[in-house]
Amino acid sequence: MIEFSFAIILENLLLATRWTILLSLIAFVSGGLVGLLVLFGRVSKHEVLRLLTAGYIEFFQGTPLLMQLFLLFFGIALFGVEVSPWVAAWLALTFWTSAFLSEIWRGCVESVPRGQWEASGTLAMTYLEQMRYVILPQAMRIAVAPTVGFSVQVIKGTALASIIGFVELTKAGTMLNNATFRPFLVYSLVALIYFCLCFPLSWCSKRLEARLNVAR
Amino acid sequence: MSLVDIQDVRKSFGPLEVLKGVSIEIGRGDVAAIIGRSGSGKSTLLRCINGLEEFQSGAISVDGMMVGKTDLRTLRRHVGMVFQQFNLFPHLTAGENVMLAPTVVAKLQKGEARDRAAALLEKVGLAGKFDAYPSQLSGGQQQRVAIARALAMEPTVLLCDEITSALDPELVNEVLRVVEQLASEGMTLILVTHEMRFARDVGTKLIFMHQGRVHEEGAPKTLFAHPQTPELAQFVTGAH
Repeated sequence: MIEFSFAIILENLLLATRWTILLSLIAFVSGGLVGLLVLFGRVSKHEVLRLLTAGYIEFFQGTPLLMQLFLLFFGIALFGVEVSPWVAAWLALTFWTSAFLSEIWRGCVESVPRGQWEASGTLAMTYLEQMRYVILPQAMRIAVAPTVGFSVQVIKGTALASIIGFVELTKAGTMLNNATFRPFLVYSLVALIYFCLCFPLSWCSKRLEARLNVAR
Repeated sequence: MSLVDIQDVRKSFGPLEVLKGVSIEIGRGDVAAIIGRSGSGKSTLLRCINGLEEFQSGAISVDGMMVGKTDLRTLRRHVGMVFQQFNLFPHLTAGENVMLAPTVVAKLQKGEARDRAAALLEKVGLAGKFDAYPSQLSGGQQQRVAIARALAMEPTVLLCDEITSALDPELVNEVLRVVEQLASEGMTLILVTHEMRFARDVGTKLIFMHQGRVHEEGAPKTLFAHPQTPELAQFVTGAH
């Protein structure tokens, strides 16, 4: 029987952490891009678009991320399409992230004073020009801190991907526990690694919030 | 033919009718001052002219363009507006505020837009403030940047919505002087204002609004000296 030293446990956990980081990054970026599209729909002048995007947001905010993962992983398989845990986790996290980010950003867009819309509209700018040159640059300043803060949720959200067999930090922890029967040690390390990933981001978010508030 | 033609415009906010059939004609080069108590509908009327507010019936035309029928962007390229709260873009410098619409909307080259912005800032007495952010400027300076920004689109008519009302008293004159200069250059101006002396001295046409209607209109000096209605008489004496 192989002896699992502390070093080996830690090494394997850290190796798996790479996948947690990668999945978080990819989900955050693609979720951000989709979120931007959803945001445009959510604040658009067309009622149908607003209702559709509101429904999208409500669905992904109102159901557990785990259910979304299951639906994607097992649901698509029903149509005879094989979905890898990677793709299912990526898609589910993207939808989930986009729903939350678009709602965060909507608040930021709506906090830009009405006068900015009126002034830019009066200068004959189109809706997209107003957004690009006047509204979003101001909304983005406000959005930085909560967006960075939300990235913590995305990192923790990737843990659920372990359930559909994606080997990231949590799944690696489960596997190591099964082999070593030292749950307290293994899961303490897992938690510590998550904390080391998340804490700098939370701290950063708080700092940014304080700094951008002073600048205003 | 008049440049801005307002015919029997009615506008309600829910059950509240704020414009009850307003008709005004403003000629090219006119400086029309709209006065009246708050709630008399004067700002709403001004905002109807460039489509910031919709109206339920009646017609407004600007230089032959029917408001509501003409594409809003086409209309707004000919109608400039300056607001009470300045509404400068806080993330852009004074110069960039003025350059933005010419580059984005009128597709001017950057250099050309920059030259135009510099010239306009100089015209409003802010030659050295091209790179200053709005937060670094006084209210009077911000409002003059806002005027330059509106002028950069070379409007046919400029709407001014109580543009000195948010200013400290000592800053009012620097803004009014710029407006007076525009008037002397022949710019068509429609001002909603509380500056009675300015309306009398610079205005070519005075419109007194009362309860959603044009109560009196005519030459400013005549109207101020000989108000025909008790409401205007009371308003004029109350304002001084």
